[in-house]
Amino acid sequence: MPTIAITVNGTRYESDVEPRMLLVDLIREELGLTGTKVGCETSQCGACTVSLDARAVKSCTVLAVQADGAKVVTIEGLAGDAALHPLQEAFWEHHGLQCGFCTPGMIMSAAELIAKGPLDEAAIRHGLEGNLCRCTGYENIVKAVAAAAAGR
Amino acid sequence: MATQLEQARLVGAPVRRVEDPRLITGAAKYIDDLKLPGVAHVAILRSLHAHARIGGIDVSRAASSPGVIAVFTGRDFEHLNPLPCAWQATGTENHVVTPRALEIDRVTFTGAGVAAVVAETREAAEDALELIEVDWQPLETVVDAEEATRPGAPQLHDSAPGNVVMDWECGDLAATDQALADADVVVEQRLVNQRLIPTSMEPRGAAADYDSGTGTYTVWMSSQCPHVMRLLMTAFVFGIPETKMRCISPTVGGAFGSKIFLYPEYVLVAAISEKLGRAVKWIESRRENYAATTHGRDHITYLQVGAKRDGTITALKAKTYANLGGILSTIAPGIPTTLYGRMLSGTYRIPAIHCQTVGVYTNTGMVDAYRGAGRPEATYVIERAVDLVARELGLDPVEVRRHNFIPPDAFPYDPGILAGLSYDSGEYEKALDRALEIVDYDGFRAEQAAARREGRYLGIGFSTYVEICGVAPSAWIGATGQGWGAGLWESANVRVHLTGKVVVTTGSKPFGQGHETTMAQVVADELGIPLEDVTVEHGDTLGTPFGYGTYGSRSAAVGTVAIYNALQRIKAKATRIAAHMLEADPEDVTYEGGRVSIVGAPETGKTIQEIAAAAAVGYDLPEGEEPFLDDTSYYDPPNCTFPFGTHIAVVEVDAETGEVALRRYVAVDDVGRVINPLIVDGQVHGGIAQGVAQALWEGAVYDESGQLVTASMTEYALPKAEFFPSFELDRTETLTDVNPLGVKGAGETGTIASTPAVVNAVVDALAPLGIAHIDMPLTPERVWRAIEQAKA
Repeated sequence: MPTIAITVNGTRYESDVEPRMLLVDLIREELGLTGTKVGCETSQCGACTVSLDARAVKSCTVLAVQADGAKVVTIEGLAGDAALHPLQEAFWEHHGLQCGFCTPGMIMSAAELIAKGPLDEAAIRHGLEGNLCRCTGYENIVKAVAAAAAGR
Repeated sequence: MATQLEQARLVGAPVRRVEDPRLITGAAKYIDDLKLPGVAHVAILRSLHAHARIGGIDVSRAASSPGVIAVFTGRDFEHLNPLPCAWQATGTENHVVTPRALEIDRVTFTGAGVAAVVAETREAAEDALELIEVDWQPLETVVDAEEATRPGAPQLHDSAPGNVVMDWECGDLAATDQALADADVVVEQRLVNQRLIPTSMEPRGAAADYDSGTGTYTVWMSSQCPHVMRLLMTAFVFGIPETKMRCISPTVGGAFGSKIFLYPEYVLVAAISEKLGRAVKWIESRRENYAATTHGRDHITYLQVGAKRDGTITALKAKTYANLGGILSTIAPGIPTTLYGRMLSGTYRIPAIHCQTVGVYTNTGMVDAYRGAGRPEATYVIERAVDLVARELGLDPVEVRRHNFIPPDAFPYDPGILAGLSYDSGEYEKALDRALEIVDYDGFRAEQAAARREGRYLGIGFSTYVEICGVAPSAWIGATGQGWGAGLWESANVRVHLTGKVVVTTGSKPFGQGHETTMAQVVADELGIPLEDVTVEHGDTLGTPFGYGTYGSRSAAVGTVAIYNALQRIKAKATRIAAHMLEADPEDVTYEGGRVSIVGAPETGKTIQEIAAAAAVGYDLPEGEEPFLDDTSYYDPPNCTFPFGTHIAVVEVDAETGEVALRRYVAVDDVGRVINPLIVDGQVHGGIAQGVAQALWEGAVYDESGQLVTASMTEYALPKAEFFPSFELDRTETLTDVNPLGVKGAGETGTIASTPAVVNAVVDALAPLGIAHIDMPLTPERVWRAIEQAKA
């Protein structure tokens, strides 16, 4: 089995992985970081979104071996030393979540969206097309992302 | 009634949710996040045939595959009973066939489980599935409910001649036929309410750990009602006492009805854990979720509606074929009967109504409650009916609604088909007027006329709905449904600990609604304590009172009322103990703002924290008083509750492409007293999105051989953020006197109301072309075809 080295939320891990192991399974099963969710296995829902070298990726369609040498940030590490990241605060404040299953991926996608540049409502709605939510009708997710973007 | 909370501080306020910190940081534990020591993984072999006999199953190659612990087939679980069908149609015979842990000799839909592999890893279990050899003997299939009832159709079950599960009716057939004969106009329409797939973002899952020392099963599952799961599994499937099983439902990632039911996999993991003596876990893949978790809706309805020339509706008659799938889910027959036929009167005074519902087996997946459960289907029929009448008579659909509304002074109102219940309260015109004001109806009609002159097709659609929730009085549910004979009350236990911290155990089970917040708001206000001093627990049968769970928008109107009732008794006991501490007569003290004080001398008193400590240590209590502030309530509602409102959709249809753009969406809902407006708005938003999605995009598609074509998120058209405009919400607040909180329920109104509003809007847009109806989903192709046909 190949050995990979990967930095997740600031901690370096070395792990022997099966070549077919997905990044999401490495994160959830090997590293025990279960905040990242699996919702569809077909890259549709975005619940598994993590930051891979500062790009939002769907970790169900990245092989763990492809992440060798990479820096990964998951929902557990997003806030860094702070209690909450501004997006987490905004999702809480604006009721941007209900069941919470899509939320980690939604927040990780939104973080990249905000980092890319200015956003209006249409750009937020378009930018979140890779993340599905079944509870909120997206209304308060859009509000939360707009609020976090405004506070950037 | 409904006066206790007029001093409310938190009830009515947009309190942000106490459950959110663990959800936004990834710390919440859903079922696939639980780590059970030594757990083995279960994968299930599912039928790829929609209708087949099983000649035999050879598992030998799979059993010797690397990492495999065991392989099971249905024969291994023959000693277990089939799953129960717990809610059946009343007053008629139900031909019930339900799933087994694994099917043994026949399958009737693609996705039915026939074998299970247990392995050290999920991958090893899934790999081994491919090595199982099944002698499939395919049979003829039928997927359409109406076709399945015709002579010569393939027969699914020997015990259900003509594939009929049940043939049910409500209302007065003779009076309705007479009223139709006497009507000035009769409008007829065939309506298809297509099959939907609930698609919670978290699929289902189950795990089990059997303790051979005590003979006790612990079963985890992603469920809306763990107590009901335990009851159904122990009493009906395993034939063991309830005390031999503990069910735990951890954080649930959405459900929308689909996680009410007992599924074969839950029985399977429990039985496998016992056989192997180790913990096992099964997590549903998304493909399995589409095939093997319940679907919703799927009605074909023949509608006749009679009216006078002035728009007075005089009769409504519906014959509905309800497709219930290849085998029956837990409450499948109850949905298209009690929760559908009995709500067909909507917000209108209709003197003669009759509904016949034929429940039908077809070679498709199981159909059961999906958000709204029967009421969206009823609302679609009646709200389309009103528009069809308006169109036929050349009247404004708003005026036809207004003309037929049940007036405010007619409540409580008995629509005559509700089996003894009455609508509790309503001010339908008030909600309608508010919505018309927001949308600027007159302004829109002017804009529409101008647009039509330019060849653009704008449309406006209305849904002035009422629904039934807060289910349900046990006696009523007993009278309107056959089944296990259980009630629908709800339980709550409230304990005020020595430190003054309060723990509430509720039989309700949230899956995104924020019960831990709304219930804590009520507790904090009632006891006069900080919100953070209240903890709401749910989801574990161990040591908790039996509870029926969360569905039918019942957790505010039933579950929270149980908490409220327990609090009243706790306050009474606290008052007696405080009077003793103050050496006062209990008649001379009062509980207010978290303190019991002497009337007329408010500075002399004891806080609830002081009283709780005194009650807990028990050093000095009134004569005959037991220690501790602890009370359990079992609240059985005297009536259901009936939220209502007006939803308005504004659309533009591109006549060249058939594409429908949703330009505005206005919703004015009346859900009774609002405990938390942030949460109620969120429920309405999500409901609207699901209902609009039915109107425009979503639909499960089976081909003629029973293959599910829409078996993944790639094919099933789930809406994305950019599909919607921002929703415009407002409320009216008409209290109910059904319960002391005045709450009605808010979980399903959005879904129930929105679908016909959107369809009515599209049909309104295309009225100049003479189009009076298009079946859902109103995809560009369907709309384009309707336009082309109209032009031809």
